[in-house]
Amino acid sequence: MRTGYRPRTFVLELVMVATAVAFLFPVYALVTLAFKDPNQIANDPLALPDPPSAESFGTAWQSASLGSALLNSTLITVSSVIALIVLGSLSAYFLARRAGRLGYGLYILFLVGIILPFQLGMIPLYQLVSDLGLLGTYQGMILFYTGIQLPFTVFLYTGFIRSLPADYTNAALIDGATHLQAFRHVIFPLLRPITGTVLILNAVHIWNDFFTPLLYLGGSGRETVPVRVFAFVNEYTSDYGLVAAGLVLAAVPILVIFLVLQRYVIRGFSSGLKG
Amino acid sequence: MTAVAAPPAPPEAPPVRRVRRGGGLAPPWWFAVPALAVYALVMLYPSIAGAASAFTDWSGVGEQRSFVGLDNFQQLLQDDQALGALRSTLLLTVAIVVVQNGLGLLLALGVHTTIKSRMLLRVIFFAPVVVSPVMVSFLWKYVYNPAPDAGLNAVLGALGLGSLRQDWLGDPSLAIWSVAFTVIWQCAGYSMVIFLAGLEGVPKELHESAMVDGAGTVARFRHITWPLLAPAVTINVMLSTVGGLTLFTQIIAMTNGGPGYATDTLSTVLYKQAFVFGKFGYSTAVALVLALFVAAVSFVQIAYLRSRETTA
Repeated sequence: MRTGYRPRTFVLELVMVATAVAFLFPVYALVTLAFKDPNQIANDPLALPDPPSAESFGTAWQSASLGSALLNSTLITVSSVIALIVLGSLSAYFLARRAGRLGYGLYILFLVGIILPFQLGMIPLYQLVSDLGLLGTYQGMILFYTGIQLPFTVFLYTGFIRSLPADYTNAALIDGATHLQAFRHVIFPLLRPITGTVLILNAVHIWNDFFTPLLYLGGSGRETVPVRVFAFVNEYTSDYGLVAAGLVLAAVPILVIFLVLQRYVIRGFSSGLKG
Repeated sequence: MTAVAAPPAPPEAPPVRRVRRGGGLAPPWWFAVPALAVYALVMLYPSIAGAASAFTDWSGVGEQRSFVGLDNFQQLLQDDQALGALRSTLLLTVAIVVVQNGLGLLLALGVHTTIKSRMLLRVIFFAPVVVSPVMVSFLWKYVYNPAPDAGLNAVLGALGLGSLRQDWLGDPSLAIWSVAFTVIWQCAGYSMVIFLAGLEGVPKELHESAMVDGAGTVARFRHITWPLLAPAVTINVMLSTVGGLTLFTQIIAMTNGGPGYATDTLSTVLYKQAFVFGKFGYSTAVALVLALFVAAVSFVQIAYLRSRETTA
């Protein structure tokens, strides 16, 4: 209930801020660790770095090859999200407008994919990717993410398109536009809000995924950020300062993007899941 | 008054495109084909193939495999490690569903007020959601450092609570709760945002008139907010259940299933059976059990939680 700012509100404010401080403790531990030298890590683990040293960051950046990992992650994420938006919106347009058994049946078929755990198909898919010669390639990863994220994408788009009136496209079609033209120039621009949601949810998922790129890209030189970080942390496991610096560096890009876009990200998450 | 309603004119020509129930001209079928092809290739075919190999003794190398009926499932029932993993999976899931959503609801209620820091707090609580689970796992691995003067143990020491220091990930009875807490820390903001979206939908007028009638904060929460939050509860419970049942990355990164088998889940067992021991047939049997589990729990939850939504 949003009434004025009363003494009770002040108490609540204190409680919430205290909660946030406790919540942020692991982040404080990590960031300060990254700026300390080994001597200080051993002696005052909770203190602020004194003097702060940024040396670990350069070493971590080099040893984890984070530069190329960032490029790999960006390439895979951007391509997969574009493919998801194009394929997902086109098929959802068909499913939303095609009433009757075929449209409904296909829609249900896509929905099944939302609850199907990927573990069930993990091994046959690994074989398939290997047989197609796509192990260790960007194309294999893009194909994988497009397929695995399509059910959710189609679900979001179909619900949105059903709420759009059909009159706009009918007018365009009667004026002689082809279906593809009507989709490109009439429907797709109307989908902007849900496309934003689809973009954010899929990008966060694909960027952060760990297991699949470990399986498909391990040792190929095309590893994504989480895979490189995994290998890096396991290699330097006892050098806390270095490991912390690597983790901070790897998390910074996504956190910066999140802070810039946080309003859309949070809205996209909640509206996307409200369906 | 001369006009008499004329019978509708027959269509002059058959429509070129069929008009569908939505009132729209249906797009051609090939709009759906590329998506369907990719989905079938990456999800449908492998899942069906996976389910089928659960009834074979396939080793994963070559084509050599023979049908063994329900042997793999029988073996599963006698496999202490797998049964322990099943138990751990369920414990983890219950803990995550209850605590993550409870905490998410409290946070949402807290920042859905007039407190000055509400926008900043939303961003802070949500931020871990966008960071890779594998990195969050490593962060918490340091927090759970067994040394008495590092991470969480150092804080306990500094607070004068040194007696509470633990080997958080090394103690078999404690490790699973430590992993659960990491997941909760990362995902509570996710629940919070969905609850916030639900809270936005609760009409202010209801609260105002209830206040006029003298209803206190607790009564208003119980009789107005909670029933109207039902759809947000449904989504949150569903998502955290599926997330808990299929939990994998955090365990591999933090404990690799240890100490012993204390934090193995169905996902880590099927992974190890396949890629460490080369028992692909058995591994897919575990995967099939997991899939059926997820499906069954999802259906029961949808049925139950949806019925709550309509009566609310």
